[in-house]
Amino acid sequence: MTVRIVLPAHLRTLTGVKGKVFLEVEEPITQRSVLDALEATYPMLRGTIRDRATLKRRPFIRFFVCGEDWSHASPDDPLPEAVTTGAEPFMIVGAMAGG
Amino acid sequence: MSNVRVLVGTRKGAFILTSDEKREQWDVSGPHFGGWEIYHLKGSAVNPNRIYVSQSSGWFGQLLQRSDDGGQTWEPVSNDFAYQGNPGTHQWYDGTQHPWEFNRVWHLEPSPTDPETIYAGVEDAALFRSGDGGQSWQELPGLRSVKGNLWQPGAGGMCLHTIILDPNNPNRIFVAISAAGAFRTDDGGETWQSINRGLKSDFELPDPDADVGHCVHNIAMHPSQPDVLFMQKHWDVMRTDNAGEEWQEVSGNLPTDFGFPIAVHAHEPETIYVVPIKSDSEHYPPEGKLRVYRSRTGGNEWEALTNGLPQSNCYVNILRDAMAVDTLDSCGIYFGTTDGHVYASFDSGDTWSPIISNLPRVMSVEVQVVP
Repeated sequence: MTVRIVLPAHLRTLTGVKGKVFLEVEEPITQRSVLDALEATYPMLRGTIRDRATLKRRPFIRFFVCGEDWSHASPDDPLPEAVTTGAEPFMIVGAMAGG
Repeated sequence: MSNVRVLVGTRKGAFILTSDEKREQWDVSGPHFGGWEIYHLKGSAVNPNRIYVSQSSGWFGQLLQRSDDGGQTWEPVSNDFAYQGNPGTHQWYDGTQHPWEFNRVWHLEPSPTDPETIYAGVEDAALFRSGDGGQSWQELPGLRSVKGNLWQPGAGGMCLHTIILDPNNPNRIFVAISAAGAFRTDDGGETWQSINRGLKSDFELPDPDADVGHCVHNIAMHPSQPDVLFMQKHWDVMRTDNAGEEWQEVSGNLPTDFGFPIAVHAHEPETIYVVPIKSDSEHYPPEGKLRVYRSRTGGNEWEALTNGLPQSNCYVNILRDAMAVDTLDSCGIYFGTTDGHVYASFDSGDTWSPIISNLPRVMSVEVQVVP
């Protein structure tokens, strides 16, 4: 399945990606499978979205899908069909952390 | 004719200033990695066009970047800093034990002889080595076995911020850790010992003979005297003449002996520089006067250097890695401030002027002389 991924600006700069990322991801399409595929294609992203060792989401990273915050969902929950069909992107967002 | 390259790490990116030997006109490139905290960047003495950068962010964590063309282009190298084995715990602010957790790279120290070898000092405090130009990192865990369970973070975090490689003895390395102290290995990093005898920390450590727990801010060495180290401690400026076996206070007539950086003149091994800061709770120069102090006697006798520095209403700080010297015949001294100036002197400190202003908070300054 081809999944669209939106990276935050700093990670687009790091990867050299312009615009969205399109990735072939093996089913089942979950946060884990999407991020595994993303890090396999762009190894420099390892540690920037998830902790390298535990693979837990970094505290100031959020995952938005179809207008909903999926950050606290299980990484193995199936993502909505709109993501698996490519109709909607999997959005990786730098959380608001100002003051 | 040589060029001089000043590598400036700031809170919001890295800047590279380049000049010829006259050091009159500076070309500025940057920000590199704009928006990221650059705790430190440093070039290899063996291959000056190889520059390593510690790039971090509260959002995206730690990255390491490397350039092989003097900072024109960069490539990410490994950010995999995994403690060896089960790192266990260290002391936490409330006296309980807290797991060792990697947070960031504070300092990068390339080998003086091998461009592929580089050391990284990290928070939570540990020393890592790479033998492949940063493509992989291995911890030297013997350091943490020197009462690491008693180390505890200071206000800035439990960071290993100073790495000094003995130029004559590849097996000897000195490191310093905030709120833990100074340490030395004589076997290439396998085993370590604390070297804190003579340090007094009356306000932080009730035990006058405490082996660890001293808040060392920075250490400097001149390569011609590798057994002589100069230390800016939390309070006190110190020196040792026997590689840390015993330290003596050399604060002398300084107006205050609190501060962060310390540097040694490139050609005068007993000429040292500090920037006194009012106190541990007021991190700015006393009386609002930015003064570098120079000792030409290896400490104790200090003179204020003020020519060209703001002498009223100046309330900046100079962080521990934000002072460096170049090796040109007329030694240049450089330091960066928390309000984004980099000041330089090309006459050993007699006169100063800013070589760049209005940068973000300066975290580190390093200088290269490039053939």
